Amino acid sequence: MAQPAELMDFDKAIELFEPVLGFEVHVELNTKTKMFSDAPNFFGGEPNTNVTPVDLGLPGSLPVVNEQAIKYSISLGLALGCEIRPSSRFARKNYFYPDLAKNYQISQYDEPIAFDGSVEVELADGRLFQIPIERAHMEEDAGKLTHVGGATGRIQGAEYSLVDYNRAGVPLVEIVTNIIYGAERDAPELAKAYVSTIRDIVRSLGISDAKMERGNLRCDANISLSPRGSGKLGTRTETKNVNSLRSVERAIRYEIQRQAAILAAGGTIIQETRHWHEDTGVTSAGRPKSDADDYRYFPEPDLLPVAPSLELIEELRAALPEAPAIRRRRLKEAWGFTDLEFQDVANSGLLVEIEETAAAGASAAQARKWWTGEIARLANAASVDASSLVSPADVAELIGLIESGELTDRLARQVLEGVVAGEGSPSAVVQSRGLAVVSDDGALIAAIDDALAAQPDVLDKIRDGKVQAAGAVIGAVMKAMKGTADAARVRELVLERAQQ
Amino acid sequence: MSEITTDQVAHLANLARIALTPEEIDKLTGELSVIIDSIAKVSQVATADVPATSHPIPLTNVFRPDVIGDTLSQEEALSGAPEHDGSRFKVSAILGEEQ
Repeated sequence: MAQPAELMDFDKAIELFEPVLGFEVHVELNTKTKMFSDAPNFFGGEPNTNVTPVDLGLPGSLPVVNEQAIKYSISLGLALGCEIRPSSRFARKNYFYPDLAKNYQISQYDEPIAFDGSVEVELADGRLFQIPIERAHMEEDAGKLTHVGGATGRIQGAEYSLVDYNRAGVPLVEIVTNIIYGAERDAPELAKAYVSTIRDIVRSLGISDAKMERGNLRCDANISLSPRGSGKLGTRTETKNVNSLRSVERAIRYEIQRQAAILAAGGTIIQETRHWHEDTGVTSAGRPKSDADDYRYFPEPDLLPVAPSLELIEELRAALPEAPAIRRRRLKEAWGFTDLEFQDVANSGLLVEIEETAAAGASAAQARKWWTGEIARLANAASVDASSLVSPADVAELIGLIESGELTDRLARQVLEGVVAGEGSPSAVVQSRGLAVVSDDGALIAAIDDALAAQPDVLDKIRDGKVQAAGAVIGAVMKAMKGTADAARVRELVLERAQQ
Repeated sequence: MSEITTDQVAHLANLARIALTPEEIDKLTGELSVIIDSIAKVSQVATADVPATSHPIPLTNVFRPDVIGDTLSQEEALSGAPEHDGSRFKVSAILGEEQ
């Protein structure tokens, strides 16, 4: 199991070393079918049901390229500012591991479909950073292994593994950055901002569900430390299993502190894959890079080159959504947020959520309030991304219920908890938990009568001008009605009673 | 003769999960060298005006539409598996992390 390593203080680490970054982000495309077969692109459900002979690598089966996946890949390449290769081809990446039945993965090697791009990333304080993109290439996802036996269900000590090939063959685009220098102490934040930007880009293109917690978007973070003044690159590690934006930031920070402590003590960094553990906030050593990484790529003989026409590329370019920076400026204007409010939203990585909530009919101000307030709070408490808790449509519905007076903010928070707990849509939770605001005067008056009977002097106090005395009755009514009373209406009714 | 070494053959055999005896490695080293030399002759014929190709048929862009077709049933999918648990393929535990 992962043991916490010796860590150097972050500031000290940055003083001694320059962090050098690189990212590989895998994006699962949301096509209807797989990359090379017409099986449904749907992971989940009954194992080994969304498979064809191609996905199982059965003898005699042949892959055929999904045209939609090609278009999505080109669109993504263009959105990343890449050149699109006039002719690109697939390659076999050979390795023995049962997550793919063929003993190779169809990928692209020397001729990726998109190359030489750049993505503008904005840091919390508004500074812009250009992330150089080396390439974006197409490949297929692998099946899902479950390790059985051993103490914790992990691979160490497992007796055997069970394989579900439903995910095998799902179209992926792998986005590879060039080496990123100059991030300095912003490295952890930049990492998070980069992945967040990629997520926003693929979501605005509509080509992926881009949910990190579901593995639609996965980030492998490469990091090395270069001793100041040495002019030499350090040995890098590659951290996998980083399944949320906040873990991207935490994992980079952790690796900087861990590597700095080893280097400062005269040790050496082992070039290896490391696994991030969300629960403990540490990385642990995985497979060392070795001879086994000799993948013997060669051109895939079962597939022909992909040569998109200039017309197709220009058509897709014309259909691109606006660039993230332009989009941010437009949204800020449309929503009427202050600089601070907008920066707050951008930093929270919830731009898309708020935009979609507003598009579903809520006011941007309310959308911001709920996403960066209560939803973010619940997400932090659960150590997940806010976007994984609740959909923009549900938030818009919740806000609608508040604005129509059916819910108070307090009740809405309870409804939200119900939605997050999977009890259904906001109106379904209102129904099942009986949380609607009671604005029926009859029920309110009955509760007020009870409260006044227990505190008979309140009406006299109000008549003497101490209006705040009504608070005690309102409190008692709210308590008796478990928060479902409309407090403003209760107050009105109590004041009316005092005048009688 | 090309420079294929016994170390390279042993490395390849390891990558391909093929157990070879030292005698077999020696024999294959010689044979692979001959094969590589033979293929190298093709380079002498290929001139600058012959574009490299990975496929004998000069076709590109053979695609299929993104339309769902027939899938195997779970039973069919597992029918060739040496071992399964009723819904998933059962394989020996493999050391090393997931790819």
